[in-house]
Amino acid sequence: MTIIDPTDAVPAPRSGDGDKTSPLLEVRDLHVEFKTREGVVRAVNGVNYSVDSGETLAVLGESGSGKSVTAQAIMGILDMPPASIPKGEIRFFGQDMLKMSGEERRKLRGARIAMIFQDALSSLNPVLSVGFQLGEMFRVHQGLSRKQAKAKAIELMDRVKIPAAAARVNDYPHQFSGGMRQRIMIAMALALEPDLIIADEPTTALDVTVQAQVMDLLAELQREYRMGLILITHDLGVVADVADKIAVMYAGRIVETAPVHELYKRPAHPYTRGLLDSIPRLDLKGQDLYAIKGLPPNLLKVPSGCAFNPRCEKAQDICRTDLPPLVPVTERDGTELPGRASACHFWKETIHG
Amino acid sequence: MSEKTIERPTTDEAALAKELEAEEKAAARQASLLKDGWADLRKRPLFILSALVIVCLLALAIAPSLFTARSPFSDGFCQLQNSMNGPSSGHLFGFDVQGCDIYTRTVYGTRNSIVVGVVTTIATTLIGGLLGMLAGLIGGWVDMLLSRITEVFSALPIIIGGLLIMSIWRTGDVWTVSFIMAILGWPQVFRIMRGEVISNKYNDYVMAARALGADSWRIAFRHILPNTLAPVIVITTMNLGVYISAEAALSYLGIGIQSPNISWGLMISDAQDRFLTSPHALLFPAGALSLTVLAFIMLGDVVRDAFDPKMR
Amino acid sequence: MGRYVVRRLLQVIPVVIGVTFIIFCLVFALPGDPIQALAGDKRADPNIAAILRDHYHLNEPLYQQYWHYISGVFTGDLGETYNGRAISDIVSERFPVTLKLGLTAFAIEAVIGIVAGLFSALRKGKFIDNVVLVSTLVLISIPVFVLGSVLQLEFGVNLKITPVAGIERGWPQSYILPAIVLASTSMAYIARLVRTSMTESIRADYVRTAIAKGLPQRRVIGLHALRNSLIPVVTFLGFDLGALMGGAIITERVFNMPGIGGQLAQSVYLRERPVVVGLVTLLVLIYLVANLVVDLMYAVLDPRIRYE
Repeated sequence: MTIIDPTDAVPAPRSGDGDKTSPLLEVRDLHVEFKTREGVVRAVNGVNYSVDSGETLAVLGESGSGKSVTAQAIMGILDMPPASIPKGEIRFFGQDMLKMSGEERRKLRGARIAMIFQDALSSLNPVLSVGFQLGEMFRVHQGLSRKQAKAKAIELMDRVKIPAAAARVNDYPHQFSGGMRQRIMIAMALALEPDLIIADEPTTALDVTVQAQVMDLLAELQREYRMGLILITHDLGVVADVADKIAVMYAGRIVETAPVHELYKRPAHPYTRGLLDSIPRLDLKGQDLYAIKGLPPNLLKVPSGCAFNPRCEKAQDICRTDLPPLVPVTERDGTELPGRASACHFWKETIHG
Repeated sequence: MSEKTIERPTTDEAALAKELEAEEKAAARQASLLKDGWADLRKRPLFILSALVIVCLLALAIAPSLFTARSPFSDGFCQLQNSMNGPSSGHLFGFDVQGCDIYTRTVYGTRNSIVVGVVTTIATTLIGGLLGMLAGLIGGWVDMLLSRITEVFSALPIIIGGLLIMSIWRTGDVWTVSFIMAILGWPQVFRIMRGEVISNKYNDYVMAARALGADSWRIAFRHILPNTLAPVIVITTMNLGVYISAEAALSYLGIGIQSPNISWGLMISDAQDRFLTSPHALLFPAGALSLTVLAFIMLGDVVRDAFDPKMR
Repeated sequence: MGRYVVRRLLQVIPVVIGVTFIIFCLVFALPGDPIQALAGDKRADPNIAAILRDHYHLNEPLYQQYWHYISGVFTGDLGETYNGRAISDIVSERFPVTLKLGLTAFAIEAVIGIVAGLFSALRKGKFIDNVVLVSTLVLISIPVFVLGSVLQLEFGVNLKITPVAGIERGWPQSYILPAIVLASTSMAYIARLVRTSMTESIRADYVRTAIAKGLPQRRVIGLHALRNSLIPVVTFLGFDLGALMGGAIITERVFNMPGIGGQLAQSVYLRERPVVVGLVTLLVLIYLVANLVVDLMYAVLDPRIRYE
């Protein structure tokens, strides 16, 4: 018996044995706009990043920074219109997904690229049992029968450590706790062992104790399956243990990229520094907590020059007129720091000063 | 002990200030919702259109004699030899079975339709709104009892309940018909009001006001009730058209407004038997009725779009 | 689920008692002598009147009269006319007509309403959406008896596509036009309801999840979005049954159909009080049972209700 694998239609290699030169996913100069009644909102303005198999990229930013919109563009789940992608490429195993047909992209979704959403309660369909929603992945993508799909669903629920999976497979989302629901979301993303998982604030809605469990589970499964992971978050605390590298976004642009520990030690952008300083620290107990002043920019009226300039303590005249490009960051002596870049006119002062 | 007496006024003041602030915010929220709604409403062409039609209808209802030289109550208004004659000059809509001028009767029928619609809507809003408010605010056994009573009344649909009641009381004037429709129609407003009050009761700012020790009546009147206003305005406007239509239906079945009172529904009913041979006697009052209902339904529609925060 | 069913069944009992009591009070407890009313303007024969009074328990205290009435209702005895004909006879003769009319209308309003609403929501702001919006507005505004008369003239008399009136041609020919007329208002409301709830659910997070799972469009809309959008529609259908029955009374009159509604209207006109009460009681009970069914369906559609 041969089951026709619907993913065959997509030419990209399944695991490392093909085009070695291109990364798992590469986003190039991506722009996303939204047409609204008030005007055009430029949510993403030329984002570049890449992820390899087994690698975790954390995308960090406040709400409205464009981090989730970028992710949705990768998934192909933006509502178009009002959204549109005027420019850019999203390459998956070297192939630009923006040039694919709707049907080709649909077959990639869920099977090769999966997404975990923030609020599992609203992201799971309230009127369908979790077993049905998990099994649906196998029924639609692999053509399994209802019965086979259910067996697979139970297996998956076991895999993400949901107790008494067989007994709970017919339960509905509202009957699970928040942590368990998020495990179900993870199970759903893992179902077809995708090459890339995008997790959009996967733990924000959870209790702190549960957050750690869910994050650990996600990291463990990622290692096991050697998946690429894009972790979108506004929480620097979550990132440190899990991520390999970080991209910090502000007003639709990447303002700094760095390997995770370097970023914590020596941020090269005032915004990153502000974020780091606003984490509560035990050794500074009793002092006032730092907070970046001002509000995230209105995307209808992004400040000219560097978008961060009205909130930046280091801002000079040049910051109000010239948009700083993302440039490689080096040591004082010019030694290259691999993977590091900053979009600040004063990155030298920031990292070395 | 002395420390406490010193401290208390300050906390009270702080609490009061906070409470005032919360109240202002709630009031401002409400005011802006209504103001936004109104501003939005004025810009909608459908609103202007329906408002124009309704103004004309009101003029017809208030002063029908301005629109026709004849009076349907004068002697010799109906001439049997004109029975079922079609439209002619001076008698634009033709004559009905009794030989009465349909145009004049249609004009004079406006008042009853509008009065029944308005009176019934006001009555259902008052009864349903008041009871719904009480049920929502007091809760407990009061809520339980009122909700059961509502269920009993909503088990009597308006036409069926109307048939039953009117089979006994056959006065057939505007007030009886309005009264009966109000008795059967209030549960709808009750349910909406009760639901709104209960959902507002647990809103953050109400909880905050409560935590700050504002007394219940103050909370009810300053915080909860203003927020139920928009949905009640919406349902009230929508009901106007519905009740005008229901009155016509009851009159059509012979259990609403009775002759010698004039009602479009009654005129349509009288014209029904000869409709297939001379449709004009039915079509003109039917057109007036449909236009009136359309104007009010359209108004209800735009008002809902403008005021329903969920739609924004 | 079992507990929900039992609880819902228990809740119906006080409503049934309450509504029958109201019906009873309205009709029997109000001043006025039904026997005299029967005689009309003539003076009723005192002997016959006394016999009739005795027969209809009119001399007994109110609560006993109510007891006779309610126990009759629960044993399927809706009473008899003043001419001695059992009302259940009238019902069994006329009910099938109303039932066929009502079910046909119900099917029409559900199918067309849902489909129109769905298209409208999916093509929001486009031509088809505006067509649906305007036509529903018009359908809601035109009273049933006006629409009925106009369609009767057009299709029955002018185009001769359907029978003008009566039920001689049987189902479906004789029923289709009256059913469309009866369904019109509710169909419009359903279309608008589906449009609103569908617009809401296509924007819901779980629909985004369904898309992210790589499900085909058909499945995303038809299963994930529609299933949730139908919940308010089911609630509406429950309430709407009352309007449907009221509408049936009117439609049966327009198309001269020998159903319960026509009988009811006629009995009101002839002041046959027991028939009115019997039929109204029956319709109200049907309404309550249908609402019960709708509530149970609601629980099937929405698991959150079941486990409350």
